[in-house]
Amino acid sequence: MTSKHAVTPHQGRRRGLALAAGVTAALAALTGCGATSDAASSSNTINLVAYSTPQTAFKSIEAAFEKTSGGKDVSFKESYGPSGDQSRAVAGGLKADFVNFSLESDVTRLVDGGQVAADWNAGPDKGIVADSVVVIVVRKGNPKHIEGWDDLVKPGIQIVTPNPASSGGARWNTLAAYGHVLAQGGTEDQAKDYLTKFFQHAVSLPGSARDALTSFTGGNGDALISYENEAILARQNDQDVDYIVPDQTLLIETPAAVTKDATPAAKKFLDFLYTPEAQKDFVKSGYRPVVDGVTADVEGANDPSNPFPTPAKLLTIEGDFGGWPAAQKKFFDDGAIVPTIQEATGKTQ
Amino acid sequence: MSQTTSTLPREVAGRAVREHRPARSVNALGRGSGLALGTSLIWFSLLVLIPLAAVVVQATNGGWSGFWHTLTNPQTLAALKLTVGESLLVTALNVVMGTTIAWVLVRERFPGAAILDVVIDLPFALPTIVAGLVLLLLYGPRSPLGIDVANARPAVFLALAFVTLPFVVRTTQPVLEELDRDVEEAASSLGASALTTFRRVILPSLVPAVAAGAALSFARAISEYGSLVLLSGNRPFNTEVASVRIIGYIEGDNLAAASVIASVLLVVALVVIVVLDLIQRRVSRRG
Repeated sequence: MTSKHAVTPHQGRRRGLALAAGVTAALAALTGCGATSDAASSSNTINLVAYSTPQTAFKSIEAAFEKTSGGKDVSFKESYGPSGDQSRAVAGGLKADFVNFSLESDVTRLVDGGQVAADWNAGPDKGIVADSVVVIVVRKGNPKHIEGWDDLVKPGIQIVTPNPASSGGARWNTLAAYGHVLAQGGTEDQAKDYLTKFFQHAVSLPGSARDALTSFTGGNGDALISYENEAILARQNDQDVDYIVPDQTLLIETPAAVTKDATPAAKKFLDFLYTPEAQKDFVKSGYRPVVDGVTADVEGANDPSNPFPTPAKLLTIEGDFGGWPAAQKKFFDDGAIVPTIQEATGKTQ
Repeated sequence: MSQTTSTLPREVAGRAVREHRPARSVNALGRGSGLALGTSLIWFSLLVLIPLAAVVVQATNGGWSGFWHTLTNPQTLAALKLTVGESLLVTALNVVMGTTIAWVLVRERFPGAAILDVVIDLPFALPTIVAGLVLLLLYGPRSPLGIDVANARPAVFLALAFVTLPFVVRTTQPVLEELDRDVEEAASSLGASALTTFRRVILPSLVPAVAAGAALSFARAISEYGSLVLLSGNRPFNTEVASVRIIGYIEGDNLAAASVIASVLLVVALVVIVVLDLIQRRVSRRG
């Protein structure tokens, strides 16, 4: 790097020529790629882009769908990953016919970007394909006797919860913690006080729900805030955990949509998700069904034959927080309630 | 840094003479090497220059006030301070430990040396999240060693030290291998003490390689994410590093703010690399 080159005009020209040749070659290679990439997709392929948790459910749902008349000869190209990353990938050009995220705002991003029609949630199901609730995951046998939200902020209890700043899905957890105070008739100030204590007890704020589970099963903390379906999945995978459905908790609603230029097969697949058959597959992997009358034994649930107990008070994002856009603004934007509390608790520790 | 192998000392107890690339090779830059240069430049631009420029451009999207607002956010500032501070510490540790390990691997014969030589690269090979999990299991609440640093500052240091260990070892090792022992023996037979031999013969040839390794190690450390997230707990003002802030901003669809932090990290890395290069030149010139 330090040697000095004296370049004569002659050499300069020759180098320029070679440079031009290199540019041409690289451009040819680039355009070559561009020309062939479209041919691969056909009308019978569904590009499915989803967050990671429903992967097992989709595997059996896809198999069932392919047996129906609408799913004949359909093949799937799947992509799974963190919800926000997947949504941003589609917004950035990843080909998708069908999307399923853990959070409405990940679909809204695609509506804003023009990939998904604005009326995606206009139907009776509001675009929601599966439900869950926020639960408290504890060590096997519940050695710290944690029964609800208030036990989490007792002296010595350490909480693991994904960071609401970096994990979209973690925002369900944070709202549940906040909302349980309101559900018991508390004021907003009392709810803020609780959330402050909550974050004071949070010893670890991993980047995503999956990381949080890994951190917890790796030995961190006494309680993990998670989703019921994640807890059930962990137990299906023989993790040594129990979980508690608090008396006051928040309904988690996971949206799905098809893109504007989706194949007809993708639309049929979305419709198929609301059949009892498909809902049953969601149920088996721990999700609460969005269609009435779907029952199945759920391995890993506290009570496999009655897997989804109804909490005394079930908050909803629509009914108790005014919907996601309002909740996002009030709680999670720069300078809103949650970042402010996180900042304050971080400073005092 | 490409010159690490061409800085071997040629004179005993004299100045380390840099082997300048003979001018002939410049004059003889034929079509082949011209093409290579062109291709390298394009490749480098596509992979590095253009994406980096895009990051910087993105950072300016929020305007000066947006830039300032992001930077003066106390939580971001704390994360940046922690990241740069711990990275500097870890780099300093690597300079000492990495050189020592390289020395031991090259100069000492002991059982298991070959295995150690292979194992050094493991931190490179492990996906960082796996590294994080391993660290959590070893140095977390369930540590079989009885060492629990989870969710505290030392966790950041430990994780960074783990992933950056190979850099200095791997840059220093080949130089040590090439180092002619006759030169050292000649130095001592001419009356140079061990210290003088080290300072005037070994060190000048070693420093460029160590500096190169240190630069790599620092650059890697300030951008680390995966290996940290499980062990450090990402607690704001405490163990939250800059990359976690970046991911937070991205998740909040605030790309401009994310790019501001990324640009700051770029500038810091650049400054440190330049400073290391200056130190390296001074030391190897002084001999």
